[in-house]
Amino acid sequence: MSKQDDTVALAAALEHNRRRERLTRFWLLAPALLIILAISILPLGITVVYSFLTPGTYGGVTWEFSTDSYVQFLFQRDIFDDTLVFNSAYLSIFLRSIGLALGATIGALILGFPTAYFIATKPREQRNLWLFLITLPFWTNLLIRTYAMLLIIRDEGIINLVLMKSGILSSPLAILYTDTAVFIGLIYSFLPFMVLPIYASLEKIDFSLVEAGYDLYANRLKVLFHVIVPLAKPGLVAGGILVFIPALGAYITPELLGGGKKLMIGNMIAMQFGASRNWPFGSAAALILMALVVIVLLVNALATGREARGNG
Amino acid sequence: MTGPEVVTQRKAAVSVRGLTKTFGEGEYAVTALDAVEVDIRENEFFTLLGPSGCGKTTLLRLIAGFELPTHGVIALEGRDISALPPHRRPINTVFQSYALFPHMTVAENIGFGLRMLGKPAAEIRQTTERMLALVQLEAMAGRRTDQLSGGQQQRVALARALAPAPKVLLLDEPLAALDLKLRKNMQLELKSLQAETGITFVFVTHDQEEALTMSDRIAVMKSGRILQIGSPRDIYDRPTHRFVADFIGDINILDGTIESLDNGIASVRLKDGTAVLAQPGTATAARPGAASIAIRPENVRLAQAGETPTVSGTVENVVYFGAATNLHIRLATGEQMVIRNPGAVEEGRYRPGATIGAVLPPELIRVLE
Ligand SMILES: Nc1ncnc2c1ncn2[C@@H]1O[C@H](COP(=O)(O)OP(=O)(O)O)[C@@H](O)[C@H]1O
Ligand SMILES: [Mg+2]
Repeated sequence: MSKQDDTVALAAALEHNRRRERLTRFWLLAPALLIILAISILPLGITVVYSFLTPGTYGGVTWEFSTDSYVQFLFQRDIFDDTLVFNSAYLSIFLRSIGLALGATIGALILGFPTAYFIATKPREQRNLWLFLITLPFWTNLLIRTYAMLLIIRDEGIINLVLMKSGILSSPLAILYTDTAVFIGLIYSFLPFMVLPIYASLEKIDFSLVEAGYDLYANRLKVLFHVIVPLAKPGLVAGGILVFIPALGAYITPELLGGGKKLMIGNMIAMQFGASRNWPFGSAAALILMALVVIVLLVNALATGREARGNG
Repeated sequence: MTGPEVVTQRKAAVSVRGLTKTFGEGEYAVTALDAVEVDIRENEFFTLLGPSGCGKTTLLRLIAGFELPTHGVIALEGRDISALPPHRRPINTVFQSYALFPHMTVAENIGFGLRMLGKPAAEIRQTTERMLALVQLEAMAGRRTDQLSGGQQQRVALARALAPAPKVLLLDEPLAALDLKLRKNMQLELKSLQAETGITFVFVTHDQEEALTMSDRIAVMKSGRILQIGSPRDIYDRPTHRFVADFIGDINILDGTIESLDNGIASVRLKDGTAVLAQPGTATAARPGAASIAIRPENVRLAQAGETPTVSGTVENVVYFGAATNLHIRLATGEQMVIRNPGAVEEGRYRPGATIGAVLPPELIRVLE
């Protein structure tokens, strides 16, 4: 057999192997692809389709194409002459939600950073206990926890009871069913999402960098802001996103603690599928919310990308 | 333990008195430093030399202020600084892992100390440029530190620590991570940098050769104590302790008994009855009784014809290195002795089994503690 024949035979064998490998890989991937299709692409597709249909009289949709849902977000159609009038009702709900979610994110940051720092500076064997305590609330349903929060902040709740019994206040602080209540509830619900990523990045910091900071004449505060915070930035950003996104779409917290009077996007969307019987508008609002989230993520990705390139 | 009167040391940059550091408590307590006393002079290249775990890093961290002493005092130019936090000590550290800030450029790293001291921007820029030139990294000013080679990172760490013009620079095995060739270069660079800046360097290493080539003075440490402080020549030629003699270079150690002491010269009787004269390095070493004497292989000479040998023995091995030849002989005492370059050695002159006499010059024999 010549050398050339050998080479050809070898190439054929390799090609055969490669094809078989590709097939194996496809079958191995298939379950994952199926799950992704079923739980993420399919529901999203349904939502997109619904948002371009016409509401049915008793809920559901009628199969008639319409962009009314998106128009309705910003404009009101005059019942008599069909002209469009600007309507800020839904926009203001969105803006309010963004404001509350931002506030909750900042609040969670202010509470979460020191907490994460506290845990990260504990001896290694104690840290797991503290992390366990941080995640403990997740063992209870959010609904139950929110009811518990309701009991704490209501007029006859623990806070007001203590304040009034101790004579600091003569009448209860009316927190429940206000924006403050929603704000407190959002921070409470999503604080662990802030603490955990910050902890993860604090824990990774090489302590000799902190010592180098002290060595180079930085006091505690300067070390915090010039060394620790910049090094923990990935955790701070991740925590911010992980709190902002669910806070923006929160449903239970504003429903219970806001008393259903102060709507956030989540409640508004839920209402479209319930009492308002306008599924297409609910779908459109959900997609607009999603677009907002995507924008936040994109801005972050661009910012981190630019930073990495800028330093490079 | 001495009080603040430590102060009166002449020309001492750093004075350490009765310094003890214990980690942990009760049965888990580790004494990393045990009543250490040392004066590090101004402008000197001072090296802490010792095996891993002997307390070198701990001593450096105490001087830097990262650890607080269990007992004892550390003074800088006569001022007790034992209780000052690191950021208030005019002392900078070159960390073994370099500890460069990954979120800053090379120039920002170098300027960090001056920035924290609140120096004006113009001064920070000037000094940073001067430091970049000093370590020959002008072209790298805007780079991120993870884009540098090990040797370059090392130089940035050095420039960063030198920029605030500290009174003392502490270096914890700064060359350990570099490959051999780079290490040799950096040794020379460090040495000339020290001469150029006139800053007191306290350098830590476990490499005896590095210590001998670079230092003005060396402190040899063992298990939390300093055994001997002296110039490289002192340490090599006149070791005071068996540990020091063993740790640095090759040496022949023979057991014997001190019989008498005359004018600081000890008469030591070896195990085969031979009497030799030797120099005790410390009062403890000079005490009558059992003692060890030491002599470097290169200081042992073969007896000439007609000369009375100090000791005699049988050749066991001839080891040829090219530049040198080692003659291993078994003495009458049963102990082994190595003679380096025993005169001109023609091939095949000393065969195993031959009996030879060796001369040990008394002024080159040390009595060890
Ligand atoms: N933070 C610490 N906790 C407990 N033991 C320590 C600590 N630092 C050092 N030691 C112990 O002190 C001794 C000296 O350590 P070190 O100063 O690092 O030695 P070297 O730098 O000479 O290798 C070692 O036995 C080490 O285990
Ligand atoms: Mg060490």
